[in-house]
Amino acid sequence: MAFNPDNYGLRLFVRYLVLCLIALIFIFPLVFMINSSFKPDSQLLADTSSLRAFLPVGDISLNNYFGAFRRAPVGLFVLNSVLVTGATVLLSLLICSMAAFSFAFLRWKGRDVVLSIVIATLIIPFETIAIPLLLLVSKLPWIGLDGLHWGWLNTYRVQIIPWIADGLTIFLFVQYFKGLPGELIEASRVEGASWWQVYYRVVMPLSGPVLATAAILKFLVMYNQYLWPLIVVQQENYRPVMVGLGYFFQLNVAWGEVMAYLTLITVPVLIFYLFLQRAFIASIASTGVKG
Amino acid sequence: MASKLTLSNRTGWTFALPGFALIVTFIVLPFFFAIALSLTNQRLLSPNATQFVGLENYRQLLGLGVVTLEPERDDAGNVVRNEAGEIQYPRLREITRSEAYPQYRGMREWFRWQSGENVMVVIASDVVFMKALVNTFLFVLVVAPVQGGLALMLALLINQKLRGINIFRTIYFMPVVVSIVVVSLLWRFIYDGQNGLLNSILQGLTFGLFQPVDWLGNPSTALPAVMAMSIWQAVGFHMVIWLAGLQMISPTLYEAAAIEGASKWQTFRYVTWPGLRNTAVLVLVVITMQGFALFAQIDVMTNGGPLDSTQTLVFQAVERGYGKQDISGGSTISVILFAIVLAISLTQRWLTRER
Repeated sequence: MAFNPDNYGLRLFVRYLVLCLIALIFIFPLVFMINSSFKPDSQLLADTSSLRAFLPVGDISLNNYFGAFRRAPVGLFVLNSVLVTGATVLLSLLICSMAAFSFAFLRWKGRDVVLSIVIATLIIPFETIAIPLLLLVSKLPWIGLDGLHWGWLNTYRVQIIPWIADGLTIFLFVQYFKGLPGELIEASRVEGASWWQVYYRVVMPLSGPVLATAAILKFLVMYNQYLWPLIVVQQENYRPVMVGLGYFFQLNVAWGEVMAYLTLITVPVLIFYLFLQRAFIASIASTGVKG
Repeated sequence: MASKLTLSNRTGWTFALPGFALIVTFIVLPFFFAIALSLTNQRLLSPNATQFVGLENYRQLLGLGVVTLEPERDDAGNVVRNEAGEIQYPRLREITRSEAYPQYRGMREWFRWQSGENVMVVIASDVVFMKALVNTFLFVLVVAPVQGGLALMLALLINQKLRGINIFRTIYFMPVVVSIVVVSLLWRFIYDGQNGLLNSILQGLTFGLFQPVDWLGNPSTALPAVMAMSIWQAVGFHMVIWLAGLQMISPTLYEAAAIEGASKWQTFRYVTWPGLRNTAVLVLVVITMQGFALFAQIDVMTNGGPLDSTQTLVFQAVERGYGKQDISGGSTISVILFAIVLAISLTQRWLTRER
């Protein structure tokens, strides 16, 4: 086959054209969301019948953002989400990596049974346990500074504690730890390090990639939580961002404010993603390697 | 290696216990709870004591019957017809309320079809549940192959060596990091019946010939609309999993295929696809599990409507367990859901096992 520069150029052009058209399909709702958040309601709705829906044209202002803050305690919802997400991610990294450390490096009675129970939970979708879990957390005790309470509904803990440990996170850590050089751990043990020291002085400093993966996966799950907080949090004080959205659908819906709120809660995640896109994609890919 | 062989029971348990205890409390225990509760009449808040009811909840959900309605006949034995010439049938409630058929008591019509002069009516104890069951299966049956296939095509597209290909990968994956709640709300604008973006685009493409459709308000288009949006949202996720699988295939196999003069299709058929076997199983299992968990899209976009055309199992479980505080009813649906998911993932693994 002779090399034909014109043909080659044309084929390259077609390839990029296809890639760009597909990209448009994935990006247009987000472009619509961001542009609409700057438009007054009447224009927002009228614009959807033309390409103006995707352009920042017409009567552009930040009024919807001010309106959204007036309509709902947006700051509170964001704070709740950040708190719940942050706490769960940190606790999950600690507790799941500890468990995985034990499964990967220590030999103890019952280990294999415990590990297989943990792995077996991978096939239980959360949605199938949500309702019985709701009953369970409504009756659990809690010891606070002011004594003993019954019931976890309408709290931060009900949004955090059930989500700390999960089979997938532990599994990812176990897989990673098994790939670490065993001699290193042996050497530190021979030098007299305790298992705790091996954990936080030797293994953890080597675990950057898997910590990033586990953190990103947990972050996505937690920040985007919807079903669980919907059923366990009725008071606005503890509502996270996705459930807080319901606030905008009481009485008359101001679509511009809805778009402003959606933009506010989505764009930070998108920016975070764009900066760390390699890590995000690697973390999803690593869930697939278990095969 | 010495210490590796020494038992360290106490340290081992100490490290593993917090995580294991949390998993037992919040995953394993509720799972067995669900089974136990499905055999009772437990409610979230109730003054009455909980009672064991056996399989009553399952009977309430799964009860099905087929009844044949024969045409009404006059004294001479001729079929009675109304003014329009339509055959007259006895009313269904003469059967479902009759003492003669205790097994059909309280059941309601799900659907019917004509069979000669007779009409066959399928009746169910819980028609909404049956619709939810069928919709959920339909959703998975359509979304699994379409989403999996499109994701593979995108992965092959992205796997090319082109300048700037990472930019496209980043964009295709973008909807995955956006909450499904946000995405569902945005797609309500796209599907809107009056000046929705989809209607506008279709009208533009057909120079105004296209008649606007209220995609989410029409029982025949609502579920397909939810399917399309769900495929769009998560296709990037599966693209990345396929990509990981593609990159595990040894380049030497492709070189060998090129030397043998294999066509593009032959290379795919005999090199790429066999190498993706495990990935294919994983993608199918994950999509199936995600599909059976369908909830947020329904809650945000349709609330199960119109006319129950988008009811799903999880939506029903939540509506009963939380909305109506009927914990046992919700748990029963959850158990049925889990049994289905388990059966399907085992079947998928078995069908695609290494031979």
